[in-house]
Amino acid sequence: MIPHRQAAPGVEPIGPPIIVTGWLGWIRQTFFNTPLNTIITLTCLLFLWRVLPPFYDWAFAAALWEGDAKACRQPGTGACWAFVIEKLRFALFGFYPADLHWRPLAMMLVFIAMIGASGYQRFWRRELFYGWVVALVAMYVLMAGGVFGLARIETRQWGGLPLTMALAIIGLVAAFPIGILLALGRRSRMPVIRMMCVVYIECIRGVPLITILFMSAIMFPLLLPEGVQIDKLLRAQVALILFAAAYIAETVRGGLQAIPRGQFEAAQSLGLGYWRMMAKVILPQALKIVIPPLVNTFIGFFKDTTLVIIIGLFDFLTAIRSALTDPAWLGFHVEAYVFAASVYFLFCFSMSRYSLWLEGHLSPERRR
Amino acid sequence: MAGLAHPKTAPSAGLDWIPRVWNNRLVRTTLYQAVLFGGVIWMFAYFTGNAVENMARLGITSGYGFLDRPANLPIGEGIIAYTPADSYGRAILVGLLNTFKVTIIGCVLVTILGVTLGIMRLSPNPLLSGLVQTYIEVIRNTPLLLQLFFWYVIVRQLPAPRQAFNPLDGVFISNRGVQIPWLEADAGLWWIASALGLAILGSLAYRRMAMARQARTGEFTPVLPLALVLLLVLPALAAWLFSVPIIPTIPELKGFNFVGGTSLTPEFTALLTGLTMYTIAFVAEIVRSGVQSVAHGQWEAARSLGLRDRRILRLIILPQALRVIVPPMTSTYLNYAKNSSLAVAIGYPDLVSVVNTTMNQTGQSVETIAILMAVYLSISLSISAFMNWYNRRIALTER
Repeated sequence: MIPHRQAAPGVEPIGPPIIVTGWLGWIRQTFFNTPLNTIITLTCLLFLWRVLPPFYDWAFAAALWEGDAKACRQPGTGACWAFVIEKLRFALFGFYPADLHWRPLAMMLVFIAMIGASGYQRFWRRELFYGWVVALVAMYVLMAGGVFGLARIETRQWGGLPLTMALAIIGLVAAFPIGILLALGRRSRMPVIRMMCVVYIECIRGVPLITILFMSAIMFPLLLPEGVQIDKLLRAQVALILFAAAYIAETVRGGLQAIPRGQFEAAQSLGLGYWRMMAKVILPQALKIVIPPLVNTFIGFFKDTTLVIIIGLFDFLTAIRSALTDPAWLGFHVEAYVFAASVYFLFCFSMSRYSLWLEGHLSPERRR
Repeated sequence: MAGLAHPKTAPSAGLDWIPRVWNNRLVRTTLYQAVLFGGVIWMFAYFTGNAVENMARLGITSGYGFLDRPANLPIGEGIIAYTPADSYGRAILVGLLNTFKVTIIGCVLVTILGVTLGIMRLSPNPLLSGLVQTYIEVIRNTPLLLQLFFWYVIVRQLPAPRQAFNPLDGVFISNRGVQIPWLEADAGLWWIASALGLAILGSLAYRRMAMARQARTGEFTPVLPLALVLLLVLPALAAWLFSVPIIPTIPELKGFNFVGGTSLTPEFTALLTGLTMYTIAFVAEIVRSGVQSVAHGQWEAARSLGLRDRRILRLIILPQALRVIVPPMTSTYLNYAKNSSLAVAIGYPDLVSVVNTTMNQTGQSVETIAILMAVYLSISLSISAFMNWYNRRIALTER
């Protein structure tokens, strides 16, 4: 038997060491290891305690899901989701005729299906390109009508989420090739072409999108011959395309610069011409590198489509704002904006998650 | 292919120069460029011709003469005096100064708050970094315009002046905007401002001397105390010498509104809050990626030299991280200046808003848009020139 150890007189025995393993040890190590960290933890907890329960009360516990504005205005009532539900159709489809709402809905479904299909690398072939062409035509026919016995709907009546989606997706699809051409032009050895591309890119990137939208809405009609008129929506769409192209060009240029010179030389020594070299050797590598910034550009562009509100187009955000002017439902701004924000968030957040996934998926060499 | 197989049989009646010339790189590139350039010039000429014709038809005189005409457009706020009887030129200047005001104040705020947020994001405490990350994701994935509308509604829904929030003495937050204390001074303010400038220059010179001394002798000279003394004493001295009356005015509630101090209008408050809250999320991410780009070994090496965490951050990590941080920060400032144009949507009289009204009133859309573009291009170019200069200064000096 081990004899009980006696501490020397006048010496306090040291306590056992603080636990650093197990969940208790982890909590202590992560949240309370220094006085500063303890203060940070307590402040965060206090903040959460002050914010989360009231928010839960407002958004769920005391929220009203059905009823009218009067019920919503009762003291003690939280968020008035009844307003959002009441106005949902209007927010989604704007002034599109109510009995034809299935058409924009079908258009959005086609759109989402195409986006979903494009997300998988398995579908990345030439057929996908044709698929997109067909889908874009189908989407346009669904929205505009005029053939196959579908009633014709003027673009003035288009609105809501389908309009936002159309502006964003057509903008990106059209801007992408232009952007690539501009990026190639900026790296070209022909001085005039390079200069023109630089001037274009810098001019567009140097001014706010609003200026370009104003140009399309107000100045551009002045530049056309008398009697020629171009649809306002189309003008805004072209403005968005020209805007996005400059940003895509800069992103792609970053990728082109990252390709080592040897790749160009190797492609040339195989006898490939300029376009073949770019299409088969350089661009596939360059575009892979720029996927994350490119998706950021896409997200920014999707958010920027909200600016068409300023030239009076009826996109999703405009629809929500005009729902707010209904005299029967005045004053539910916060609910409306929270709802709009969550819709935009859903789209943008899934795009950014997808880019993270794709980045890992396309670079098996970097996976561990 | 048959033609290629028998090149000799092709008629050589003076036409064989065609492929030779066509395949000459110089000829071909010149041709391409000439065609493209000509096309662009033609397009410009075509549009200009149409514009001249259309303006003549609509009875709009082209040119910038309208800038001298009285504007008759009310502007809610401005730094310089303005009445609706003033000219369009002055109205646009008021708008431009308003844009500058929100951009300059915003860029300072964004730098301070964004860097703080970025450091919080890097905290080893998962609670804090998680909170910050949630904030960043929410902000970055919703449109700025929506956020501005949201902030404007929030500011509008604040209590009336009588029930205003009063977080600090002399600061009132109500639906009339934000009231803060202010210094009231006349032209003598310039003396104080120049004294302050002198104090800043003096402090910088002293810092240089102190650093040179440390490089020579290894002795550390504290700079901060003397700099603080200079910064406080010199302006006070100037105020006393030239007997500039500085009257601090503190806002107080009289009747239904505030008297004294200075006020930030609801529009300005909403715009500044919205833009700042939006941009700091981007700055925080830039700072995070910059700090994380510094290899971990740098931390370990500095710790093994016995430096403390705060000094490591300031002396070792930040100088290296700055090289990664500065280029994207440039575009963030640029974006801030450009995003301030969204003010038009919530009624803050910035440049775009004033120019837009001018355009609607006069019909001079080509000229006004040219002004807009020129102004924003020069803002963009000067910000990037400044940041490029700064970037060169902190760039790695390699042997």
